[in-house]
Amino acid sequence: MIKLESVKKLFQTKDGPVHAVDDVNIEIEKGEIFGIIGYSGAGKSTLIRMLNMLERPTSGTITVAGKNLSNLSERELRKERQRISMIFQHFNLLWSRTVRENISFPLEIAGVPKEERKRRVDELIQLVGLEGRGESYPAQLSGGQKQRVGIARALANNPEVLLCDEATSALDPKTTDSILNLLVEINKKLGLTIVLITHEMHVIRKICHRVAVMESGKVAEIGPVLEVFKTPKAAITKEFVKQVTEPEETIDTLNHLLEQNPSSHIVQLTFVGTKAEQPLITEVIKQFDVSVNILQGKMSQTQNGQYGTLFIQLDGREQSLKEAIRFLNEQQVQVEVISHA
Amino acid sequence: MLNTVFPNVEWGAFKDATIETLYMTGVSVLFTFILGLMLGLALFLTNRGNQWENKFFNMIIAAVVNVFRSVPFIILIILLIPFTTFLFSSMLGANGALPALIIGAAPFYARMVEIAFREVDKGVIEAAKSMGATNFQIIFKVLIPESLPALISGITVTAIALVGYTAMAGVVGAGGLGNLAYIWGYQRDQNDVTFVATVAILIIVFIIQFIGDLITKRIDKR
Repeated sequence: MIKLESVKKLFQTKDGPVHAVDDVNIEIEKGEIFGIIGYSGAGKSTLIRMLNMLERPTSGTITVAGKNLSNLSERELRKERQRISMIFQHFNLLWSRTVRENISFPLEIAGVPKEERKRRVDELIQLVGLEGRGESYPAQLSGGQKQRVGIARALANNPEVLLCDEATSALDPKTTDSILNLLVEINKKLGLTIVLITHEMHVIRKICHRVAVMESGKVAEIGPVLEVFKTPKAAITKEFVKQVTEPEETIDTLNHLLEQNPSSHIVQLTFVGTKAEQPLITEVIKQFDVSVNILQGKMSQTQNGQYGTLFIQLDGREQSLKEAIRFLNEQQVQVEVISHA
Repeated sequence: MLNTVFPNVEWGAFKDATIETLYMTGVSVLFTFILGLMLGLALFLTNRGNQWENKFFNMIIAAVVNVFRSVPFIILIILLIPFTTFLFSSMLGANGALPALIIGAAPFYARMVEIAFREVDKGVIEAAKSMGATNFQIIFKVLIPESLPALISGITVTAIALVGYTAMAGVVGAGGLGNLAYIWGYQRDQNDVTFVATVAILIIVFIIQFIGDLITKRIDKR
């Protein structure tokens, strides 16, 4: 559906050239929810803006729905942009228009007749759950409602691709979840390909099928979300994975526990997919002469399966501890023995 | 009663003068709005990073705007005498004041238009682009509607300045309340005429400001 081949973007600044995007190769399947994560300045924003040519690549080719965007004339590009819509961090609604008129805006641009526009707007308002708010102005809506208008507007011309530029970054956690659920629903219902950029791993975990991690203009790692969570390779990926698996204060607590009881072992278990459902801890206690203290656990649902982490403290004789850890290792669960962090 | 307080005011002449002032203001505001909007749009669009980015044209338009904005109005009238007589075959009367009024005020308003457009959220313009809008659609569906309150309050300020200009034009033979105050009030030393003309101008200004504020408030949904 979308294919990026050695895409580069160079910005000339007063301090010399900056490689915002540096030799990126990504292929995105039809109907996929593809996430791009990175810190600010990683080039993800430039990258997504190149997918509808708001930003032109310095070199490389970008193909969307079989068309090489760089080769299109202005006129063809405008036509193509109606098939690649976008939602934004700050919604970018027209304050002078009501909800209805905002949703109708892309239809007016596409030259859809008035009757047809009215019918379509009604459908869209229902799809995004904004019944009864049609005559409100954006200033009267909450952030979440504004983004719903943004989504309805983006879907108006039945696009094939939806680009989400930090679409939930300005929203509170609860609203973020409801918007993400709406995106998943739309993805399933309409078979829409969604590309989103974010700096929150939580967003990737919750809705993406595959993820690319970006750092200083390059793709540091790319793969199915579950894979990346299970075995993050690049240092930056590990940082992002930690965002969702261990809260900041965990490390401090673990250090404190190890100081109190130096003979014990603290083990981090990472369960992926069906493994998350095994009664593993019970087995360890039954088979080995160790005591198990559960410190922290967390289960997360991703688009292709469950994902969980569990921190436990094992105490007992050195020999039993070794055997227990060996047993855990054999269970196809990621095991990491944590020493002083 | 009025005739005892203002013994020198001829009410028929006063009425004609008021109508002349209203006519000059009305027509010049209309043309200033159209011309200023076009100039302001050209200034905005040819500026860096915008749709018709063109350093050369931007410089030319900016220079023209700045020159006409800087020439004192009373001098502009004199400079425009050949142009005015060519248009209306006389530079006297209300029509004779119009070219100077419009050419004096349009560049002033153009700058306000440019500022109003610059205040439009760049993100919204980008959103329109991402939907495949043409430049024409961006101008008429985004730029103008989204900056309308600023455009209206700008034309209100300009209209009030224009009322002042019409009074000045009156002194050089354009008629209107300025003419009345100068010829009948000042030159004949009849202070009551000057006073009545001043009050009339003040009322016109207040009404313009009131209408402008009302419209701005009505259309601003932010």
